[in-house]
Amino acid sequence: MESGDGEAAPGSVSVRLISEDGQQLGSGIFNLPVGVTTIQLQLLCNQLLEQSDDPVPMSFFTEEGTEIVDSLKKSIENLDYETTLTLVYQPQAVFRVRPVTRCSSSLPGHGEAVISAQFSPDGKSLASGSGDTTVRLWDLNTELPLHTCQGHKNWVLCISWSPDASKIASADKNGVIIIWDGATGKQLNSKPMARHKQWITSLAWEPYHKDPKCRYLASAGKDANIHIWDTVTCLVVRSLTGHTACVTSIRWGGEGLIYSGSQDRTVKVWRSDDGVLCRNLTGHAHWINTLALNTDYVLRTSIFEPRGNCQRPESEEKALKIAESRYASAMKVCGEEYLVSGSDDFTLFLWSPAKSKTPVGRMTGHQALVNQVAFSPDTRYFASASFDKSIKVWCGKTGKYLASLRGHVSSVYQIAWSADSRLLVSGSSDSTLKVWDMKNRQLHTDLPGHGDEVYTVDWSPDGAKVVSGGKDKVLKIWKH
Amino acid sequence: MPQNEHIERHRKRFGRRLDYEEKQRKKLARAPHERSQMAKKLRGGKAKLYHKKRYAEKVEMRKLMKQHEEKEQKSTTDTPDKGPMPAYLLDRQQQTTGTVLSNMIKQKRKEKAAKYQVPIPQVKAVSDAEAFKVVKTGKSRRKAWKRMVTKVTFVGESFTRKPAKFERFIRPMGLRFNKAHVTHPELQTTFQLPIVGVKKNPSSQMYTSLGVITKGTIIEVNVSELGMVTQGGKIVWGKYAQVTNNPENDGCINAVLLV
Repeated sequence: MESGDGEAAPGSVSVRLISEDGQQLGSGIFNLPVGVTTIQLQLLCNQLLEQSDDPVPMSFFTEEGTEIVDSLKKSIENLDYETTLTLVYQPQAVFRVRPVTRCSSSLPGHGEAVISAQFSPDGKSLASGSGDTTVRLWDLNTELPLHTCQGHKNWVLCISWSPDASKIASADKNGVIIIWDGATGKQLNSKPMARHKQWITSLAWEPYHKDPKCRYLASAGKDANIHIWDTVTCLVVRSLTGHTACVTSIRWGGEGLIYSGSQDRTVKVWRSDDGVLCRNLTGHAHWINTLALNTDYVLRTSIFEPRGNCQRPESEEKALKIAESRYASAMKVCGEEYLVSGSDDFTLFLWSPAKSKTPVGRMTGHQALVNQVAFSPDTRYFASASFDKSIKVWCGKTGKYLASLRGHVSSVYQIAWSADSRLLVSGSSDSTLKVWDMKNRQLHTDLPGHGDEVYTVDWSPDGAKVVSGGKDKVLKIWKH
Repeated sequence: MPQNEHIERHRKRFGRRLDYEEKQRKKLARAPHERSQMAKKLRGGKAKLYHKKRYAEKVEMRKLMKQHEEKEQKSTTDTPDKGPMPAYLLDRQQQTTGTVLSNMIKQKRKEKAAKYQVPIPQVKAVSDAEAFKVVKTGKSRRKAWKRMVTKVTFVGESFTRKPAKFERFIRPMGLRFNKAHVTHPELQTTFQLPIVGVKKNPSSQMYTSLGVITKGTIIEVNVSELGMVTQGGKIVWGKYAQVTNNPENDGCINAVLLV
């Protein structure tokens, strides 16, 4: 197959294969017929990578970013036979998440609207917070209520599982944080954790590879403050002040940086060790609503490898090793930590916050405010949900526009990716969930069933289930 | 006839009788007793008129009292409690249209009931003599088979006239309507919406097919701009409404949405 003789047969083209980090595959240039299909390319690629006994699905892109669909000839217009064509190969997820198609159970119990619901990082338990001031834990095997955690005095606005899946932090509208035991539903903090003067908008745990004990938690509030808590002593370790308006979103990155987006139109980057403000990212013209990191998924599931069925590692040292290696391999794919911010000015900005304060890209196209952005688990795409009833998909490295997903008849509130990045689920105020296929970028299934607006959607890290909750007070679990 | 205001002048000069206020108070206090005595004594036609007047007064008074009571009440409807909301919606002003509407289960149940229960359950039947005017035709104006509708009508867009010879009913252009002012009973807001069709005129099936709109008629209106959503997530665009006024007298159609 190699072009040693330099004589290209008619209808063939010379192709060079490189990986995402720019490493050339094999010994150089291959002479391939123009009609070569992606399956054949995949075979070749796997053989050269010496993994033909357990092949990995691949997708191929030109350097301009056009995906090769079906065959080379069909997907590239006016193919240049003279020059060498460079193709970038991207290994896809080995496992495949089956699309959710039916509601397996409706769980009543909450007395008021369900505001947030989240699967644990190992996908084995589920917690939900509601307007009736309780946090409820649900048994996923029987799909029945497990524990009701009472303690809050006002609506529970956000909940967050710790990366080791043992604790849940919940925050309410009065600005109080409570830590719960994920297994028994008992309250863990001895003292009340109340420092915020107004409601809390977002919570973020420190990533596992930096903090294997899951001790530190960051909370952002309406009162423009960010507090870093020690959840064992229930004291504020550090307060990050600097924002002048409500902090709407917070992310704790894997590099030891905290990113916060606020209604004062800035994204601020803080060093978590000493609380120094590293960078102030300006560019947005209106409130920032949401932030997303390309490492979100790997930080969330750190020690639970979805390929290994989310098993808990035997020892702490092993767990730490897994978390570190998974983070490192994710960083190899994506290059560096990218942050994307969505705003009320209808645009998104892509930043590389660790390096520079100038944006990598500015994404326009939405016709109403952007309510949520989410990176795909393989970090190659991100999707944005907007009040203009559409979801837009963008390239995760350059911010190039890829597709619009239309179908909702009302504002889209929340989106969640499946673990294999091939599916996306969205919840909307039109009371439905919709599953979108990322391959042909179309609607896959429509999931009606809720009686009112859907406020929260989450796809379990192992990909088996989707949970949704909303104004109709019912939590629904969706399955294949 | 007095030539001057003697009494007024006298009052200004010398004042009223010393017991005037007291007598006035007693007279006022006595008045209901006297009225009831009178009501008991009256017979015949006079009694009928008197009682009718008295009844009207009492209704008026009760309404007034109710109004006052409502005024004193602490109003809770000004800032309705919208219920718990996620953090991303807390700072936003809720759009009032639509959000209240989408509780579909409730709506469906009501829709079912609405078939049997409408805001105006009983309406006076409109007789043919009232709704139609005889139009005389023929050279010597002897024939009288043609009718003109004297009520408001809705004529669909696709309607084309038949030859005059076959046209038994004339629906005058001036009385044709295609918009209605529809009030949403829960939101207490009124929208001007296009009429889609006449669903039922309770007076007669013929009026329904002619598109005659009188008080109590059920019409179908286009509600797509209200942003209502079905449980399946599709936009609702047609909904029924009942006419609450006499359109032929008012020159407009007012209706209440049946939710």
